[in-house]
Amino acid sequence: MDRREVLRWIGGAAAAAAAASRLPVGEAQTSARIGRQTGAPGPGGARIGSDPILNKNYSPGDLWPLTLDAARRRAAAALCDLILPPEPGDKRPSELGVPDFIDEWISSPYDETSKDRPVIVDGLAWIDAESGRRFGGKAFADLAEAQQCAIADDICGKKSVKTEFKTAQRFFERFRWLAASGYYTTPQGWKDIGYVGNVPTIEFAGPTPEALRHLGLI
Amino acid sequence: MPVISEKELQPVYDVIVVGSGAGGGQTAYTLTMNGVKVLMLEAGRYYDPLTETPMFQSRAQAPLRGMSTREKPFGFHDATVDGGWEVPGEPYTQASDNPAQRFDWWRARMLGGRTNHWGRISLRNGPYDFKPRSRDGLGFDWPMTYEEVAPWYDKAEMLVGVYGSNEGLENTPDSPEGCLLPPPKARAGELYVKKHVAKFGIPVIPIHRAILSVRQDFEKLPSKLHPGNARAQRILAESMKARAACFWATDCGRGCSIRANYQSTTVHLPPALATGNLDILCDAHVHTVTVGKDGKADGVTYIDKKTGKERGVKGRAVVLAASSGETARILLNSRSARHPAGLGNSSGLVGKYIMDTVGAKLGGSVPAFENLPVHNEEGAGTHVYIPWWLYKEQHAGKLGFARGYHIEFGTGRRMPGLGAGSAGPGYGKAYKEEVRLRYGAGIGFAGRGEMIPNENSFCELDPSVKDKWGIPVLRFHWKWSEHELKQAVHMEQTFAMMIEAIGGKVRKPATDGAKAIEPGGSIIHEVGGAIMGDDPRKSVTNRWHQLWDVPNVVLNDGSAFCSNADKNPTLTIMALAWRSSEHLIEEMRKGNL
Repeated sequence: MDRREVLRWIGGAAAAAAAASRLPVGEAQTSARIGRQTGAPGPGGARIGSDPILNKNYSPGDLWPLTLDAARRRAAAALCDLILPPEPGDKRPSELGVPDFIDEWISSPYDETSKDRPVIVDGLAWIDAESGRRFGGKAFADLAEAQQCAIADDICGKKSVKTEFKTAQRFFERFRWLAASGYYTTPQGWKDIGYVGNVPTIEFAGPTPEALRHLGLI
Repeated sequence: MPVISEKELQPVYDVIVVGSGAGGGQTAYTLTMNGVKVLMLEAGRYYDPLTETPMFQSRAQAPLRGMSTREKPFGFHDATVDGGWEVPGEPYTQASDNPAQRFDWWRARMLGGRTNHWGRISLRNGPYDFKPRSRDGLGFDWPMTYEEVAPWYDKAEMLVGVYGSNEGLENTPDSPEGCLLPPPKARAGELYVKKHVAKFGIPVIPIHRAILSVRQDFEKLPSKLHPGNARAQRILAESMKARAACFWATDCGRGCSIRANYQSTTVHLPPALATGNLDILCDAHVHTVTVGKDGKADGVTYIDKKTGKERGVKGRAVVLAASSGETARILLNSRSARHPAGLGNSSGLVGKYIMDTVGAKLGGSVPAFENLPVHNEEGAGTHVYIPWWLYKEQHAGKLGFARGYHIEFGTGRRMPGLGAGSAGPGYGKAYKEEVRLRYGAGIGFAGRGEMIPNENSFCELDPSVKDKWGIPVLRFHWKWSEHELKQAVHMEQTFAMMIEAIGGKVRKPATDGAKAIEPGGSIIHEVGGAIMGDDPRKSVTNRWHQLWDVPNVVLNDGSAFCSNADKNPTLTIMALAWRSSEHLIEEMRKGNL
């Protein structure tokens, strides 16, 4: 069954389900839905809460303001693209909203995320300062790739990291975790990592013959 | 009579049902399909999976890529509303500061309760599980046998739609023809594990889950479930027709807008409402059962959560299905001169013998899974499991602990979330290649075992702490016995052995059970608090879940459980609620209540 057919069927099934079996609505739950929290508290950094609307799409900046300044955003974009260079034909992470996600994270009102704020903000400031020190006052985003790599190689931890770069290493590792989390959760990132789910199918096809052969099961 | 507001309440109902989850939903279904007029009270808000479920949103479309927060501990897209380990304004307390004696209590506050986000695992208790004390001298026997309950397991599976298979394994009951739906295929990694652990005698078989792998037989099943009741058959057929089969994509924990899995809101409540015999009042938190001058229960008192005002409703019988802890809390708070220790508590056992599942987990990296050819491995979550396989060794006293556990695991490249992109240090093309190599090349095993009820694990009313409406809250006491701690160690040892058998890398398994075992309550299978039995001095309810002291109060959640087998409690809650509801109808018809 081709994908269009599957989706037509899904649409039909869902509509039929909705029409035939919706819980009859009295005035009670109408007012309940109007009254409850929408999860969009506006600027000021309120937490998401225990009852946000789930069935909608959110973007960084919807629930609390993004706070990275222009210089930090440039550095963040350049570093995302260096860490996760696109495959031929693919977009750069900075074109897919990955720096926005990092900004959303460090701008958000949670203990789990706010502890990353100084690490990321100071780290981005450091990488521009280091770039300026090494390469005649240039910002990290304005360096040639080989120059960016020279800095990244010193702090990424693949080779042993000098004492003076230990703080920068912690920044790099945390930044990479965020950039990868932001990237591999996008549609392009899914394809990149080998995830092909989130697609409705009539049957669960199970392992392909190639996969079974790979594991010596056939 | 639909989902109503307070001014549409009837002056009196046949039965008041407190709670809208698995037990409450099943009770309302069985009663209303048999003509009984029911008021269901739900503490949480009205909730509709059809319009609210995020079926295809990716994590990039959620705030913070769906991060778990204090208010949404299972992540942004999880269906739980207004709940989790904490419910605003409704605290609970710990009797001890000792972290090993902590009890974590998960509650939802929404129509359908925890059935909206649960894992859908639907295993029958086996014959051993109803008579554990007779087998090993520990804990308590149930006042009935598996054979007596089996017909209601059949019905529950047919109504709800459960996928799985019959494997003929010890204490792992087979279902009769026509009950189970075909299970989905095992994933490549799951087949690999199956092959490589067979040498230990460890079976890997399809798990049972409340998910429609195919649409239900709406022509045959209604007449099997409601013989002689043409109206019920028609109503059920309509409801079954409108449930779509699973399309193997959305995480069940988000809920399901196509009604492909079981949640009370999409399986029990729609047909119950279609009978015209059910009123549902949401945002109504019941705190006491009221008793008339004749000593019979005559209704409940609840808080209208929108106004904070206290209200009463009348019924000829009351069914409590507010979940184990909350039902115990209602009974304890229903103190009176006639029932000074709480309603139904002449035995002193209300709140006692709370049990949760023993949990432990261990994972590792699996080089054999690297470079697995890309294909869609999503499915419906858990497809296979390992049922307890060491009955004989255990019965011969070789294991050093008394009860068993099952093992859940899954493999494959699933939807990426926070932390995707794990690899050694580096960046750029080489980093991305390593990410690709490693993604999905891991495995995690989780054990789910039987705890023996003990005197140190119970709940009571906190002497001073109250919720925001002034109602006393629960205080939990908790302690594991040596049986559970040793079982948790055995779990980790088994997991390490299996990971090594597939060539994987794993840390050394814990030797200290206290380090291996997950905290009490954290598996969210808590049952007990109103144990059933044949002797009113040693139990709170009889074999039909009626309070000995007040027989027109029936407990249809997990509170009356005598044991918590290594089979998740929900299917048993449904089967027993169906059975006890039929008994309640009979008793009401005969005028015995």
